[in-house]
Amino acid sequence: MSRPEGTRSSRRSLQVKFVPDEDVLKHIADDAGTKVRKDKAQLSITMKRFVKKLENISDNEAQEILEEKNYVAALGVCAQDPVGNGSNISGGEVYSFQTPKRSSKMAELASELAQTPEQNVTPDHSKCPEKMAKTPQSNSNFLGAEIVWKCNLKKKEFVSTTPYRLRKRLAAPDPYLESESEYSASCSEEEDEEDQKEVSTVLSSQKIPGRTKAASTPPPRNSLAKKIKEQKMGNLVEEYFEAHSSSKVLTSDRTLQKLQKRRLNQQTLHDLLKKAPLAYAAEIRDLNQQHESLFSKWMLQLHLGFNIVLYGLGSKRDLLEKFRTSLLQNSVHLVVNGYFPSITVRSILNSITEEVLDHIGTFRSPLDQLEFIIKRFKEDSSLELYVLIHNLDSQMLRGERSQQILAQLSSLPSIYLIASIDHINAPLMWDQAKLSLYNWLWYETTTFSPYVEETSYENSLLVQQSGSLALSSLMHVLHSLTLNARGIFRLLAQHQLEKKDNPSYPGLSFHDFYQQCREAFLVNSDLTLRAQLTEFRDHKLIRTKRGADGVEYLLIPVDDSTLTDFLEKEDEDV
Amino acid sequence: GCFVFKPSTKKRRSSEKTAHDFRSRSDDSEDTELRFVTCQSLWNQIKSETEQIQEDLNKQLLDNLVNFLSRSHSEFQEKTTEWTCRMKFREIPTAALVLGVNVTDHDLTFRGLSDVLQDNITPYIALLEAKDCLGIKNLMQKLMGQLMNCDIDVDSLEDEDCVQVSQNRIRCSMSSLISWYESVTKKTDSETPSKKRNSSSRHWQSPPVVVIFKDMESFTTKVLQDFIAISSQHIHELPLVLIFGIATSPMIIHRLLPHSVSSLLCIELFQSLSCKEHLSTIIDKLLLTSRFPFKLGEKVLQVLINIFLYHDFSVQNFIKGFQLCIVEHFYSQPLSVLCCQLVDVKKRVYSLSHDQCENIRRLPSFRRYVEKQESGKQIELLTNDSFLKEETEKLLEDLHVYHENYVSILRCLHVFTSSLPKYPLGKQIRELHCACLESRVWETEEYESSLQLARMLNKTDLVTMLQQCVEILMSSSGKEFDKTVEKLKEFLTQFQNLEEASQERDVSVSSQKELQKKTDLYHLQKTLLELKESRRSKKLTKFEMLRFEVVDYIDSLVRKYLVPADDRTLHEIVYFNAATVLRGHLNAAPRTALHTALNNPHWYLKNQALKCDGGGISNKAPDICIVYKLHLECGRLINLVDWLEAFSTVVMAAEEPNADGASSDQVDDIIHARFIRAVSELELLGFIKPSKQKTDHVARLTWGGC
Repeated sequence: MSRPEGTRSSRRSLQVKFVPDEDVLKHIADDAGTKVRKDKAQLSITMKRFVKKLENISDNEAQEILEEKNYVAALGVCAQDPVGNGSNISGGEVYSFQTPKRSSKMAELASELAQTPEQNVTPDHSKCPEKMAKTPQSNSNFLGAEIVWKCNLKKKEFVSTTPYRLRKRLAAPDPYLESESEYSASCSEEEDEEDQKEVSTVLSSQKIPGRTKAASTPPPRNSLAKKIKEQKMGNLVEEYFEAHSSSKVLTSDRTLQKLQKRRLNQQTLHDLLKKAPLAYAAEIRDLNQQHESLFSKWMLQLHLGFNIVLYGLGSKRDLLEKFRTSLLQNSVHLVVNGYFPSITVRSILNSITEEVLDHIGTFRSPLDQLEFIIKRFKEDSSLELYVLIHNLDSQMLRGERSQQILAQLSSLPSIYLIASIDHINAPLMWDQAKLSLYNWLWYETTTFSPYVEETSYENSLLVQQSGSLALSSLMHVLHSLTLNARGIFRLLAQHQLEKKDNPSYPGLSFHDFYQQCREAFLVNSDLTLRAQLTEFRDHKLIRTKRGADGVEYLLIPVDDSTLTDFLEKEDEDV
Repeated sequence: GCFVFKPSTKKRRSSEKTAHDFRSRSDDSEDTELRFVTCQSLWNQIKSETEQIQEDLNKQLLDNLVNFLSRSHSEFQEKTTEWTCRMKFREIPTAALVLGVNVTDHDLTFRGLSDVLQDNITPYIALLEAKDCLGIKNLMQKLMGQLMNCDIDVDSLEDEDCVQVSQNRIRCSMSSLISWYESVTKKTDSETPSKKRNSSSRHWQSPPVVVIFKDMESFTTKVLQDFIAISSQHIHELPLVLIFGIATSPMIIHRLLPHSVSSLLCIELFQSLSCKEHLSTIIDKLLLTSRFPFKLGEKVLQVLINIFLYHDFSVQNFIKGFQLCIVEHFYSQPLSVLCCQLVDVKKRVYSLSHDQCENIRRLPSFRRYVEKQESGKQIELLTNDSFLKEETEKLLEDLHVYHENYVSILRCLHVFTSSLPKYPLGKQIRELHCACLESRVWETEEYESSLQLARMLNKTDLVTMLQQCVEILMSSSGKEFDKTVEKLKEFLTQFQNLEEASQERDVSVSSQKELQKKTDLYHLQKTLLELKESRRSKKLTKFEMLRFEVVDYIDSLVRKYLVPADDRTLHEIVYFNAATVLRGHLNAAPRTALHTALNNPHWYLKNQALKCDGGGISNKAPDICIVYKLHLECGRLINLVDWLEAFSTVVMAAEEPNADGASSDQVDDIIHARFIRAVSELELLGFIKPSKQKTDHVARLTWGGC
């Protein structure tokens, strides 16, 4: 039992050094299959020890391995998810906490990214991009993703992770398939080494141990996973919390700043995207045409007391807009852009009372307002209103109370609601009571059109955008302040930038800050400073936090790059 | 974010519009108007029918409740001063109404309840919902608002001022409520008798105030406790009655309220009708009848029942689904114009256009029918419209007769199968109905085994069943059953005669006595074997023969009448079978759709480039699919830089295999922009969110393989 292990691990290290590409191929094809089959059974029993051993080995090798192309490939392995064919997927596969692939250990889970090496059978793509594109094998050099895609057709043996779950379903698994992940581990290491020479970017040390470890763990993973499968994955829940309990996350430390990439603001992004052609425009048009043929049916069903909800990938805004322009021109209708960051139920109700019902006056609460609307609509049966809500599931509308109000609105017989949802968990907003009020008819309208409008608002975007707007607002507020106040803010900003490398920087304590401000002749008493800070806080320029010791810490809730930009701008102004 | 659009032109009436919508799609056929009218009238009929059923079913419950309410404050009426009554006075009479988990149906029950109460007991009813009553103050506000409003309604709407006053919520306290109550009751007393005669004859002098808590479980404990404690102090002055609507179990009262509070209540329990029974009645009255021409196909019925059983237990939703079926059927099937009462069929058939005749000819069931005819008739059917119409009318009549017979025989069969052990064909008649619709029921294993079980029924059971069957068949409208009834009656008399002749059985009894004598094991075994042998070969008793005969007869009836509807010609006209459509609309799976779109874009975008065998996707897939695929590979956190790089690698590989090597180290701006878009789309879809844990990282929100 221990012997095969020993040989395996020694072989592993040998391979790292010597085995060339072609041999790996051959190796996997011939003897690997048989050998590994033997190992596997034993491994499943002793895998824990094995993992440990492997970890030791990988520690030794840690320094020499590592480059990002592997990681890229890891990311690129797309076929990992064998589920996604057709729409007849069973619910369990879509919804469940499924982790068969990396179900076992925290170590493995954390190092998913490093699964890469497994299928990265080939050298870095920068070497020979052209050649790769031609033959399937070299194509797979290009990146892991492609490997898997192509290999699905051609070289099943090579696709290690992909068919794994598929394999599980097979009654009699192919020995080759069984073995490949174990062996791919070794070949990938060999490959790592090779790559390492070429790759310029070096990842931080934090990443290395995790990755290497993972690179060498696959064999036990395979058997472990099998074992777990036998246990019918009973402890999935535990695993979930286990995986999420550890604060340690193994990802690379690279940041966008290091890319030397200018941050795109909303406008440039928009322009750039305009330049990029929309892929599959013809097919998307076909899809939309299919949906448009349903318009009159929607109208019919709306009139019969149903409300309509649209779901599916892709922006449904244009579709609804088309529906509106083609069928609703002659009727009173209300369009609600749910994705708009400052939309509230109140504003929806207001526009109904003020503009549709021509009511002047205010209401004490939305509920009163709702009552009023309901009363009016019940009294006057000739009143009709179509309500179109884009993104009923947006941040601002998804709250329980908003949904309740909207549901009650939509249950009125003369209010016709047609809405779209996008979020994967959107249906969770509704309980049975709300569902029955809404009286939905679901329509799948997958359009594949990009969510241009929906994602164009600041808070719906990732860090890439947040810079510009925050910066402009910073500048704006600061310009309206006194010189002293600006100086105070500058001090704080500079201090924060100095400490930017310290991830656990709690902020500047009030006392220290006061000292500094005094030294710079900016304030003369801590009362003035406090008054100033209150002003900052009101404008959301700073945040105060009480530390464990009761000391007040001040922090500017803006990311470092914006802060740097801000200081630069300030310098220009002065 | 909100924009109101108002048209300048005057709008048309809504009913017109609806008809118009109905028309606009199937412009090829001129019958749409008629179809729409038929559809609407059918639906209205069904709707009123279901409401009637609901009312009937709730009648018992409501009667009990009314009884309880009128009893509850009789002491208050009579102003008795007995000691026991005084003791009881601290307790608020309370009705706990157990309604079941089908929350959506409750509203209807409550509406019925408040109507009945309004008519019989008291005008002072307040319906409270948990969402309006976050604190005791809100509760009182709501309560007084409702009570005083209803007061106004009763007093035939005074001035607007009064409404205004109640809007302003004078001061919401128990004492103001009491003073209101006193003034109201006094007013009723003092008011001119001529006007108030009617209402005071309905209600008593001092009617109780009924407060209904619609969803008891969702109220906060504090609010309930406070309210009960306060109002119990004032029960002398204000005859209050509480009604709790309970969805779970009566235990919840004691869990929500501590003993000190619940002791202030005098609770009586009322159980509403179970939703399953309700559904059975609905199915019985709507589907298993020949009154309505429209029928549900097997799959559709199955979908509706599954939604009911596995999702909500809501009869309302079932009916809603049924409505959708009707609408879909009339909308999508141009021939559904013939789906009407038998009396109208003739007229409608003869007014069919040529196109519609062609539609009939295109029906698969009709084509099958034509193939079976001899060649001369075939030609006639396919070329001569008027001949076709005649034939169609005949066929539709056949279909109608088939339904009548089907229902009766189905009920008879159900009498048998519902009493068999283990219910091989299901306990409920709906299961049997589904089985019969699905395929030839006599070819199924379950049917076989149930027949076998039926062959072992004892006599008394068999006789009662036969009697039931006779009743069913007698009451049915089908004309063909005279003979059947006679036959069954004959069986019954034969069973009667058997009783006299049952003495013959002694033979077997004696042999059993013999058995008891033996003590030797060997002999015992031997005799047992002999017995078995003899029993096998022995001639059946008369009873057994008769039983076989009965079962065979029932079997023959089943084979004759319970043919699945799919085999009938022209069944498409009256049966709605588009189960997938129905399921898609009522029981949609938005996550599955997203999942499919992201994993397998080819499913939607029929482009060859996207086609991929196996589980993978092509690298030419839309950006969001690629980004999604890449993110699946990551753990809890995703480094944006790495992600971007991976993305650009994939995209560049897809676009230009021979791109300049120089550009590869700097990511193209456009690709960057595309990446940003895709990532923010994923964020919108809820797969990731920005994370503060590490710079330039996002957190994955889905876990595992999906």
